[in-house]
Amino acid sequence: MNMIQAINSAMDIIMTRDPDVIVMGEDVGYFGGVFRATAGLQAKHGKTRVFDTPITECGIIGVAVGMGAYGLRPVPEIQFADYIYPALDQLVSEAARLRYRSAGEFTSPITVRSPFGGGIFGGQTHSQSPEGLFTHMSGIKTVIPSTPYDAKGLLIAAIEDNDPTLFFEPKRIYNGPFDGYWDRPSQNWSKHPAGEVPTGYYKIELGKAKIVRAGEALTILAYGTMVHVCAAVVAEAGIDAEIVDLRTLVPLDIETIEASVKKTGRCMIVHEATRTSGFGAELSAIVQERCFYHLEAPIERVTGFDTPYPHSLEWAYFPGPVRIGEALKKIMKDA
Amino acid sequence: MASEHPRANLQPLTLHIPEPKFRPGDAVDFADVDVPPAGEARRPDTADKASDFTDLAYTLVRVLDDDGNAVGPWDPKLSPDVLRRMLRSMALLRAFDERMFRAQRQGKTSFYMKALGEEAVAVAAAYALDYEDMCFPSYRQQGLLIARGWSLVDMMNQIYSNTADRLGGKQLPIMYSVKEAGFFSISGNLTTQYPQAVGWAMASAAKGDTRIAATWCGEGSTAEGDFHSACTFAAVYRAPVIFNVVNNQWAISSFSGFAGAEATTFAARAVGYGIAGLRVDGNDALAVYAATQWAAERARTNQGPTLIEHFTYRAEGHSTSDDPGQYRSEGEPNAWPLGDPIKRLKDHLIVIGEWDDERHAAQDKELAEQVKAAQKEAEKNGILGHGLHQPLESLFDGVFEELPWHLKEQRQQMLDEEAASGRPWDRKA
Ligand SMILES: Cc1ncc(C[n+]2csc(CCOP(=O)(O)OP(=O)(O)O)c2C)c(N)n1
Repeated sequence: MNMIQAINSAMDIIMTRDPDVIVMGEDVGYFGGVFRATAGLQAKHGKTRVFDTPITECGIIGVAVGMGAYGLRPVPEIQFADYIYPALDQLVSEAARLRYRSAGEFTSPITVRSPFGGGIFGGQTHSQSPEGLFTHMSGIKTVIPSTPYDAKGLLIAAIEDNDPTLFFEPKRIYNGPFDGYWDRPSQNWSKHPAGEVPTGYYKIELGKAKIVRAGEALTILAYGTMVHVCAAVVAEAGIDAEIVDLRTLVPLDIETIEASVKKTGRCMIVHEATRTSGFGAELSAIVQERCFYHLEAPIERVTGFDTPYPHSLEWAYFPGPVRIGEALKKIMKDA
Repeated sequence: MASEHPRANLQPLTLHIPEPKFRPGDAVDFADVDVPPAGEARRPDTADKASDFTDLAYTLVRVLDDDGNAVGPWDPKLSPDVLRRMLRSMALLRAFDERMFRAQRQGKTSFYMKALGEEAVAVAAAYALDYEDMCFPSYRQQGLLIARGWSLVDMMNQIYSNTADRLGGKQLPIMYSVKEAGFFSISGNLTTQYPQAVGWAMASAAKGDTRIAATWCGEGSTAEGDFHSACTFAAVYRAPVIFNVVNNQWAISSFSGFAGAEATTFAARAVGYGIAGLRVDGNDALAVYAATQWAAERARTNQGPTLIEHFTYRAEGHSTSDDPGQYRSEGEPNAWPLGDPIKRLKDHLIVIGEWDDERHAAQDKELAEQVKAAQKEAEKNGILGHGLHQPLESLFDGVFEELPWHLKEQRQQMLDEEAASGRPWDRKA
């Protein structure tokens, strides 16, 4: 399966098991979504459980909060993560705080799916990575898969979770892993072990990172598309790096991070989002707080630049193999 | 009390999910689309109170009848010369769209959006507005630039993100910005331009200027909160602004019912805000012209905002990324009861003896050549398919007026990366 099919399968299975799960969003119904992630769900589960919405992201999330308060488990889709900003108030001030402010009388068991990230020539309004905005806000979980297998297991776990969850889908790797070289032939999930996805129910616990490559020389913390780019660079450079795929940013798997950095003594953080106040800053602070006496080199951050995502210059913006490679050289200098 | 009325005796509630009339494979019959005769709608004085003509938000202002005659009180009585120029702009827009759509298919750029079937909406409005008025368009009003005589080569440079792209390759193709032609920078985020247009109009009024603003969005986009904020501000301050809602029936795969069309018209949105509302035949260039001119006069005489719903049809896919065959009947575009806006204006010119089929065919040929020549010219500056055309360091231009330390540092980092290796942005063209 590719990642879209895995995400589709997760929603199909959970809708079959739980009649309270509903899917809603712009174009998700009859058409099955502009990325086809909801294809076939309306035909199978009915129009009152899978439906198109008016184009108002703030309305979509506000309505989902109300449905959740009733007792449903809405899975709203925001067509591109760039369009989540109009819904920010409903997500941050309402969904994320409903449990807290009502002392548990009301909750928001909603899972917001949204394709994010660049590398598809989407220009500045179809490429952004807004995860850092949400990890900054308490009360909302943030999940980012990097493989079809993880996407399915994590999405099922997110939908079953009673807290509001953002599920950001790295759209550059919907169809296959990406090594960061835009001009090389695309790879396909069918040739990758994580493309082997069971058709039935399974879930992956939120808050657990995955070590995708064990190593001794340094720890690379990444998520989404960047996991694959890092793996390709590490393989090419022949460095014995340990690559940790965070999978969920909130809650964060601090044990795995701490153990890895203490073992390797070096830490590099990679994300596509802009640098300043990005999630990498938080990771860096945590590692510094917990592993300072084990560090043999300053923590390296590799990120997108502090500019909007430029259309034609997108490969200069993207933290690709060169940027990662230069950072690797720097952090391994005195090794 | 609820407890005195056991719920078991109540009827279960049901949820209504709108459904369009036709899906792929269905035969199309638009007989129930209400198309009142041309010339029937009354034309109030522009100084009348909005509440005195709410009926106009529920009908369809039409000027051109089925035989190509211009009839009724809304006939703007344009000179044959203006009519011919309008026809030419609409045909040029169609030729431009055709060529650029093909360029995307040939891999010369990443994306394109056509206005096929809606050419009258932007072109006729541009003719009715002053060149000095500021337009806040959405992505399907390239007709404004074309009608204002803007350079096709310049538009194509933007589409190709090439060396001559005035936006430096920073924007998605078709997201133009041409201040000189009164064309505000297009955002990919739907309907954000609506309150901005109101703000521009309020500023103009506050300064005692004479210029007005006009803005456009699709019917799907009227659901966005920004649309409603804009209406409230415009009503409160009587902003000199024209709100255009282009009801082309489809928002990607979602039909107009998901924006509320089953319950009322989009022009009727105006009524609740106390704004003047007009619903016009968007495939009738004369009706669009007349409505825009009327709304502009209201704005210029401090009567406040007008909301115009342009009833039309999106004949092509949403964009080059869309396949409408997946969600609507193939028969729809041809069965659309309001016809083709270009053909309708052309027929009118022929009826009044100011045009003929031979001249039209010759003009189409000439316009196709003009577009082709412009394309050739633009491609001299490069095409997106051939890699980067902008100086790498320009990536950091425009974030702020002056580059702060952290961006300077990042710019240097990027240049060092380029020095470290030609990949991945080696320039080919
Ligand atoms: C805030 C926001 N949400 C979603 C989108 C994705 N999107 C782009 S166009 C579109 C449909 C708009 O339909 P409509 O307003 O009817 O205009 P039309 O394309 O028919 O001209 C959608 C949902 C977007 N660009 N911005």
